[in-house]
Amino acid sequence: MAQPSSSARKDPVRFARPDKTTITLHVNGVARELALAPWTTLLDALRLHLDLTGTKKGCDHGQCGACTVLVDGRSINSCLTLAVMKDGAQITTIEGLAQGDALHPLQQAFIDHDAFQCGYCTSGQICSAVGLIAEGRAHTADDIRELMSGNICRCGAYTNIVAAIEEVLSGQTAKKSGEAGR
Amino acid sequence: MINFSYTRAHDVADAVRQIAADPAAKFIAGGTNLIDLMKENVARPLHLIDIAHLPLDKIEETSDGGLRIGALVPNSDLAYHPEIEARYPLLGSAILAGASQQLRNMASTGGNLLQRTRCFYFYDTATPCNKRVPGSGCSAIDGINRMHAILGTSEHCIATHPSDMCVALAALEARVLVTGTGGARSIAFADFHRLPGDTPEIDSTVRPDEIITAIELPPKGFAGNYTYLKIRDRLSYAFALVSVAVGLEIDGGMIKEARLALGGVAHKPWRDRDVEAQLTGAPPTSETFQRAAETMLHDARGFGHNDFKIELARRSIVRGLTQAARGTPQSQIDKRIK
Repeated sequence: MAQPSSSARKDPVRFARPDKTTITLHVNGVARELALAPWTTLLDALRLHLDLTGTKKGCDHGQCGACTVLVDGRSINSCLTLAVMKDGAQITTIEGLAQGDALHPLQQAFIDHDAFQCGYCTSGQICSAVGLIAEGRAHTADDIRELMSGNICRCGAYTNIVAAIEEVLSGQTAKKSGEAGR
Repeated sequence: MINFSYTRAHDVADAVRQIAADPAAKFIAGGTNLIDLMKENVARPLHLIDIAHLPLDKIEETSDGGLRIGALVPNSDLAYHPEIEARYPLLGSAILAGASQQLRNMASTGGNLLQRTRCFYFYDTATPCNKRVPGSGCSAIDGINRMHAILGTSEHCIATHPSDMCVALAALEARVLVTGTGGARSIAFADFHRLPGDTPEIDSTVRPDEIITAIELPPKGFAGNYTYLKIRDRLSYAFALVSVAVGLEIDGGMIKEARLALGGVAHKPWRDRDVEAQLTGAPPTSETFQRAAETMLHDARGFGHNDFKIELARRSIVRGLTQAARGTPQSQIDKRIK
């Protein structure tokens, strides 16, 4: 990925700069210290340096959503994020959602609703959906479709993806109103 | 991506010092556009100055009753802010019409203003492009130009500005606050972005040593009669073919004040004071709106594939004005156009 530019090659002084920065990422609750070049994306840091390959590289340009992870609880495209900029941040990937052997409700709902075929977009879909539910902005299937539009599924499993998210969302709403009623 | 070095700015003064000292450096905040352009080899900064941690993330009331939005407020936080939802729903609606939730969570308010065009020739380093390589020529004028501008073009560039948020900010007459080595200044939104002319490589009037610190909204938000109507090739997560931001003040059955800005049709959000003057004092009728659209598009010019945009813009202006006058703004969730 990193290719020296012609202008960088012509400029040995600039090119000689130290190229690694030591940062700490709190990934799925575990502090991970990494020495990274500034041009390493968060996506590549997760996949290539931490072997967390659940997060997928699709387009690598922020257009497909396969690389979606949660940074400090919010969904972002990890392919358009420099890891050095997230020093000290809390990162949640698909690997961090289950509690031991107990799947996250969204993971279970995706299985129950057959919400994927090839599965390549699924990590990103689920991380986006976790963010979506936490934000509390989605109330209807139309809301889900709109707020999940940054996650492309080329198998076209959208109908079942929306159904899976709707199920978890309505469960959360029921739980919340139950709590309020107590 | 090319190799580059990286530092964090500690405060606004430090950021200005760093950028002034290094002409090959760029600021990075959300990074959603810059990193993409760096991966495409279109942007080639040798140094990045991280401004994401500067304390420019507040939304606060101004002394005149308007709102000051810190340059680092993420687009999603801005759209969902209670003051924006209540007083400036046109701005919130425009933000939610653009990008995806992940990108809105990352993108900063200031960065949104500085987005580069999505003209595919600008992105394709194998083709001439005056915006990317000044003097190399424009591939779009005689190329595939379906997405391109119909107003304010030049023989050197027919690119469009891609932002939705900026179209609303133009209609609301926001101001852009910047700080540079020469001190702080405030730029009227109409003067912030520029037309391509013979220097299409320059998108805005912000100087190379300046940083955007905030956007200021005047007190008037047109919360009663507004709409952001965006027409695009798919229902979500696509750039506008044509978009219309409208704010009206209607009093006694007559238009007392009108704001109208177009997106997707020019190198900057397109406003026309003559059209707004023509609307002022007129009844909010179909005839009034038709006449406004004719005036606004009088000088519109297509380049072949984008000829359809002139008629699309005409209909969108009429529909947008109608939605605003009726107080039935376009939903960004239910995309049916009413």
